[in-house]
Amino acid sequence: MPELAVDQLTAADPASGQPFVEFRNVSLAYDETGNAIEDITLDIRRGEFIAFVGPSGCGKSTFMKLCTGLRPPTAGGVTVNGKEVTGPLSITGMAFQNSNLLPWRTVLDNVMLPLEIVQPHRSRLRKHRKEYEEKALAMLEKVGLKGYENKAPYELSGGMQQRASICRALIHEPELLMLDEPFAALDAFTREELWCMLRDLWQQQRFTVVLVTHDLREAAFLADTIYVMSKRPGRILESRTVDIPRPRSLETTYEKPFADLVLSLRTRIGAVRA
Amino acid sequence: MTLSQPMRDRLAPWAAVVLLLVVWEVTIRAFNVPQYIFPGAIATVDALWTHSGPIGKHAWQTFWTTLVGFLIGVVVGLILGIMIGTSKFMYRTCYPLLVAFNSIPKVAVVPILVVWFGIGTVPAIITAFLISFFPIVVNVGTGLATVEPELQDVLRVLGAKKRDVLFKVGLPRSMPHFFGALKISITLAFVGTVVSETVASNQGIGYLMMSAGSQMRMPLVFAGLIAISAMAMVMYGAMAWLENRVTGWAHRQ
Ligand SMILES: Nc1ncnc2c1ncn2[C@@H]1O[C@H](COP(=O)(O)OP(=O)(O)OP(=O)(O)O)[C@@H](O)[C@H]1O
Ligand SMILES: [Mg+2]
Repeated sequence: MPELAVDQLTAADPASGQPFVEFRNVSLAYDETGNAIEDITLDIRRGEFIAFVGPSGCGKSTFMKLCTGLRPPTAGGVTVNGKEVTGPLSITGMAFQNSNLLPWRTVLDNVMLPLEIVQPHRSRLRKHRKEYEEKALAMLEKVGLKGYENKAPYELSGGMQQRASICRALIHEPELLMLDEPFAALDAFTREELWCMLRDLWQQQRFTVVLVTHDLREAAFLADTIYVMSKRPGRILESRTVDIPRPRSLETTYEKPFADLVLSLRTRIGAVRA
Repeated sequence: MTLSQPMRDRLAPWAAVVLLLVVWEVTIRAFNVPQYIFPGAIATVDALWTHSGPIGKHAWQTFWTTLVGFLIGVVVGLILGIMIGTSKFMYRTCYPLLVAFNSIPKVAVVPILVVWFGIGTVPAIITAFLISFFPIVVNVGTGLATVEPELQDVLRVLGAKKRDVLFKVGLPRSMPHFFGALKISITLAFVGTVVSETVASNQGIGYLMMSAGSQMRMPLVFAGLIAISAMAMVMYGAMAWLENRVTGWAHRQ
């Protein structure tokens, strides 16, 4: 019987050379209007936290779709976990700018949704419902939503909905977490709170994260590596390793190295947009 | 006299009904309109009372005929709606046909149905069905076709099959559309039944009104009208109640 402890996840193995996600000269054209992203080559280590920044419409969400197998590339190849990606990858969890919670389900039932789809949970769910429910409740408690499990999504604030949405993305213990501007719609304070929540979840469980964001401070605070993309067709202009030591606290973001990093990213993006 | 706000809100519709009845009766009397042309409210209520036996019998006939036609309409409407809502190809193929079909006046179909099935209950059921399934198709189809792509992606990336997406997201999300359509459809179904009964039946409220009219018994005709609208209102109310029960989440406050 598989162990179901939330914390028990594939540990990061920076030792083994094999990258977890590999993009080799990947391009994708949705239609005849040309490539949305072009010639992307990159490696993501297992357990790495990467961030994508770039101008609007440059293909960041497109990158996500390729990475999760929702779309096949028109050229090049994507490999995840040593296997060529050919269809949707259930080892991923996703969260978007909209929390996309189902309004007819309670918060708890929303969080448990992936368990109704992904094997082996799908076949085990009916018999082991209690056990799974406890797991979901534990997750909700971790992100500060204890006591809200039986509420309807619209009874929660935007930030709380986003927390629930991230719980939903993580409930089936994915190895790869895809976040597409998950905090963009929140106020500055809530956003920073959720940065810390995500930082802690990641530090405990060490899944691999791909974060798309417009917020350079967010990228610098959370990521190990930041990729800067060009205007459409999106290419990777630069990959920047963030060498601010962990664990990072919010105070770090007001210190000189951090400010310098954000400023130089800002300058880079300014040049791209021009 | 002061009434509390909720009390006033409750009484207002009934007051409107009473007012209408009074205006109706007074107007008829003031202009001295003969009963066989346009009966007054009192004469109509009187007819409703004295002929309650036959009215009840025919109303029951109309009621269950409508319900059968409506239920078939719901099933067929759901199936077609799911078909056109989940497949772009089916949408493009079937939608124009459905629209063309829907624009045929259903009265014109009744004579054909009579040739095929004879007079009686069958053409009435079919007319009720034909007139009531279209709103369901359109609304369920639209509800399914407009499910947010991100919502589908969340499930698809987990390896959800088309069926999973349909049952977990598509159908629940379309329920408000579906119930909106049910309320329209049930009213239309009554129209369909009564139209068919007036032309091709010897039972039902439509038939009752037709034969009473030909004997110049106008109060009875009007009593029939009231019986129909009462049934339609009850069914509409039932649909609204069901809607509230099932899709309360869509009417959050
Ligand atoms: N389904 C689609 N069909 C056709 N073109 C698309 C589709 N999705 C995206 N595109 C195009 O691909 C390009 C990249 O889109 P994408 O959504 O990846 O941008 P993005 O970087 O996520 O932008 P934003 O920061 O505004 O979210 C855009 O020019 C967009 O018009
Ligand atoms: Mg995007």
